[in-house]
Amino acid sequence: MSEAIEKKSVTSTGLRLKVGLAEMLKGGVIMDVMNVEQARIAEEAGAVSVMALERVPAMIRAEGGVARMARPSLIKQIIQAVSIPVMAKARIGHFAEAQILQELGVDFIDESEVLTPADETHHIDKHAFTTPFVCGARNLGEALRRIAEGAAMIRTKGEAGTGDVVHAVQHMRQITREMRALTVLSEQELFAAAKEHQAPYELVRMVAQTGKLPVPNFSAGGIATPADAALMMQLGAEAIFVGSGIFMKERATPLDVEKDPKEREEAVSRAKAIVTATTHYNDPKILAEVSEQVTGTMKGLAAAAIEESQLLQTRGW
Amino acid sequence: MSQTHTPLRIGVLAIQGDYAAHAAALTEAGATAIEVRKPEELEGIDGLILPGGESTTMLKFLEKHHFFDALQIYCARHPVFGTCAGAILLAREVRNPTQRSLGVLDAIVERNAYGRQIDSSILVAESSLPGGPLEMVFIRAPRILEVGPSVDVLASRDGYPVLVKQGNIMAATFHPELSTDRRVHRAFVQAVTAARR
Repeated sequence: MSEAIEKKSVTSTGLRLKVGLAEMLKGGVIMDVMNVEQARIAEEAGAVSVMALERVPAMIRAEGGVARMARPSLIKQIIQAVSIPVMAKARIGHFAEAQILQELGVDFIDESEVLTPADETHHIDKHAFTTPFVCGARNLGEALRRIAEGAAMIRTKGEAGTGDVVHAVQHMRQITREMRALTVLSEQELFAAAKEHQAPYELVRMVAQTGKLPVPNFSAGGIATPADAALMMQLGAEAIFVGSGIFMKERATPLDVEKDPKEREEAVSRAKAIVTATTHYNDPKILAEVSEQVTGTMKGLAAAAIEESQLLQTRGW
Repeated sequence: MSQTHTPLRIGVLAIQGDYAAHAAALTEAGATAIEVRKPEELEGIDGLILPGGESTTMLKFLEKHHFFDALQIYCARHPVFGTCAGAILLAREVRNPTQRSLGVLDAIVERNAYGRQIDSSILVAESSLPGGPLEMVFIRAPRILEVGPSVDVLASRDGYPVLVKQGNIMAATFHPELSTDRRVHRAFVQAVTAARR
């Protein structure tokens, strides 16, 4: 047998590996976790990945202050505790946090608007990393700008920490509508479309030809119930991120999964139901069954009641 | 003769993972791909692919929805092909951590054996498939530590099998569905065709 030739150093190979991991997560649920016990519950319930963070968006929203990358010791504990991929968030533009996350062995980095942005102009140059990145987007132009910077996965931003799915729906519909609109344009019209979307022409042309993003398109931001997950999947999401929807009780109080067996059971029931709903998103009979099994739901905060300046989704451009 | 005219119907377990990539690869290899999410959807399927994804997610799902036993029976009687997580599900024994598996492939598989995502890689190496070197995309890949005497090794990496065949069962620790070369899927389609005759 001849010597195997490693192709890792080539940039396009790197991108294929990054997108490859995103492909493996399709049809699954990625759950925000704040400690080892929550990570174990997520894995046990069938999550495809966990997002390690210090505070879920609902708590960040309620408590305020500067939200940063989770502390390395927490991330390492969670990596140790589960066999599924572990993600973590870096602040927008904070490439040093991303360097640390890559060094820790995190499998996916979320350059996230949920944390306090570190750069008001520049996002991270994601091509410079071996670890794949996921970024939020509200429209096609934003998604393509992130992909141009090297993102291997896009997620709708929605409005994190609310339990209100309305903005996730709005962003998914907008991205889908804008992609569909590109497919009927002539070659000449694509140049102006690239200008309108403020996105690279090559990527705009690629979307016009295929009708979809060149990387997987997931959904996040306000998904709190099995029905929410099914809704986003039916609208075209390829997988689901659930942040505050599983482990939160009141607006800023998490369920006590470590000491209270009843509250632990509630988190387990929510997590399992959302996982099943994401696989069987097109089967109303199963969706009805799993929705019935859920005990309690995150209280939530209507996104329409949030002042413009308090929205997380407007961070980044 | 009439049955050879009906196109092959090959299922892809669609609980989670890159099942769409497998369905596209099967279509290119000349079969009709069917997504399978429930035990009853195994009816009338000539063969089955267990895709890449997260093996724990698939396993929990199979156990929770009374799907595990039906799948085990199906795999004992029909051609099946598992890639990465799918190969883990087919194995006789799984390590790191120990987890339940269908036990239809006489192999011991270690999960995440090459490390984390930063250790994922694409290799080009010889295999027993005709047509020259084969591209192999490894993503958080498992390692086949040991195989039984009835298992043929079709390709290896650092002395460990990465593509194997045991009767009608095939397994790869890499992702042929993420390459453009369709030789591996065509080999499986041939195995399914042979089994149907």
